[in-house]
Amino acid sequence: MHTETQETKISLFMSEAGSQGKKVRIYFDGQPLDVPDDVSVASALLMSGVRTFRSTPVSGSARAPYCMMGVCFECLVEIDGRPSRQSCLTQVRDGMLIQRQEGASGLNMQSAEN
Amino acid sequence: MATGVELFDLVVIGAGPAGLSAAIEARRFGLSVAVLDEQRRVGGQIYRAIEESSPRRREVLGPDYAAGTKLAQDFASCGAVHVGGAAVWNVARDKTVSYLLDGGSKKIQGRCLVLASGAMERPFPVPGWTLPGVMGAGAAQILYKSSGAVPTEPVVLAGCGPLLFLLAQQYLDAGVKIKALIHTTGTGDYLRAASHVLGALRGWKDLSKGSQMLKKIRSHGVQTFAGASAFAIEGAEKAESIAFTHNGQRKRVQASLVLLHQGVVPNTQLSWSLRAEHRWDEQQLCWIPVTDACGQIEETGIYIAGDSRGIVGAKASASQGRLAGLAIARQLQAISPEKFKALEPAILEEIRAHTQIRPFLDTLYRPQDAHRIPTDDEVTVCRCEEVKAGQIKKYVEVGCLGPNQTKAFGRCGMGPCQGRLCGLTVTEIIASERKVSPQEVGYYRIRPPIKPITLGELASFG
Repeated sequence: MHTETQETKISLFMSEAGSQGKKVRIYFDGQPLDVPDDVSVASALLMSGVRTFRSTPVSGSARAPYCMMGVCFECLVEIDGRPSRQSCLTQVRDGMLIQRQEGASGLNMQSAEN
Repeated sequence: MATGVELFDLVVIGAGPAGLSAAIEARRFGLSVAVLDEQRRVGGQIYRAIEESSPRRREVLGPDYAAGTKLAQDFASCGAVHVGGAAVWNVARDKTVSYLLDGGSKKIQGRCLVLASGAMERPFPVPGWTLPGVMGAGAAQILYKSSGAVPTEPVVLAGCGPLLFLLAQQYLDAGVKIKALIHTTGTGDYLRAASHVLGALRGWKDLSKGSQMLKKIRSHGVQTFAGASAFAIEGAEKAESIAFTHNGQRKRVQASLVLLHQGVVPNTQLSWSLRAEHRWDEQQLCWIPVTDACGQIEETGIYIAGDSRGIVGAKASASQGRLAGLAIARQLQAISPEKFKALEPAILEEIRAHTQIRPFLDTLYRPQDAHRIPTDDEVTVCRCEEVKAGQIKKYVEVGCLGPNQTKAFGRCGMGPCQGRLCGLTVTEIIASERKVSPQEVGYYRIRPPIKPITLGELASFG
């Protein structure tokens, strides 16, 4: 298990000084987080002390966003019950339920040509 | 054809400088145009969130970013249809484009297409690059552009290339503390770059801009290490420090956030999936789709513009977009061949002017061999399926000739990123082991869907 309580002490990122705007409430692994209303889920989590977004299917090692532009698929989380959402491409919404993704992505990358 | 497929004269994929410029140009000649992009708002990564960023953020990001405002305004008033939040998962040679939008799949068809999917940061396969707390410098810049997010604790920037220095300067302007700037560019790089005499002369302004940036970074008391090599990020569950070699000594800087960068490379997923021919570019160390002078693949009516056609930067990307738009207007007979011939030279001249510094920049900021082709067998190459450099070398030992065959030996390149983050590395490792050119080794065969699609989404196909 991850020691989220320790992790949340210091976020890797924060809002720049003087920024103010509307907030929405999202939930990460059941924990409520108040985040800016106009950011991606990945941004919101990185600004809220979340360090680990998922664990890998192969070795279970911890991963977090790397590219922030939809190419690396490291930021996959479960959003509102749907697994393997790219959190850097998904906008936050009030009441959104986000879960850390453990293990297999469940993504079907089989060829559509078959 | 399935019913309900929207038809346009031109469908553009990508709303960065190339895609927007292609759309504006085609609209000038009365063509119907739709522009699809994965982001909700226009701008691409270079002008990310340009329409909504605060004056303060624009000031920090500087005039090269603010230049996107006019482009976004011109696009908004040009009469093209903008489809934001569209994840393109297939492009067919009949110019039908399939995309996901709000959980459903839709189709759109163009008489011509422009693919303008831009660039991505070059993978940086070194020990520890998969640890949480390690990101691309470009990724961190996107966080600032899109969310105003800045590092909380003193940050380390490591690697090479203009974007690394630019981000350092932007962070200092934004009041962010930089713990160290560790860059790989050394005396040898300057000497090699200087051999591009003409480029060096023309690049003088950029070079002095670069050295002024470095001066400014140092004047803020930022520890700077030049000519550094052999990066390794250390930490158990997350980044704790970066180790590197500098002046012959192994050094270490503690950091919870390490931002890596060693240039950008074309995002070629679409052109590969179309089975277009690609050539290995020895100067840019990446694949470049083979096109005619206007960016057209074979005689397909499918054009490529901007950084996805080879790294040229934002200004030349916009010019290439206009050129593609103009060529398409000719092809669809919205303008005469004579008019095309009258307008083409000025755009070609713009492209030439904006790209003449490239050989110089590519040489000066050439990523180090050991940061592209891992010497440490334990380095993870395929992040999705966790295939290490040593495993790929073993595959070659037992007869693996190219990236596709690695899939027969293991799951390299078969995860959700479909080789985007490992493809270049795998090609270069195999080429190095076989002692042949990357061209001979080739690349993964990219098959649709190029974005993950669920059965539910597929079922909603119109």
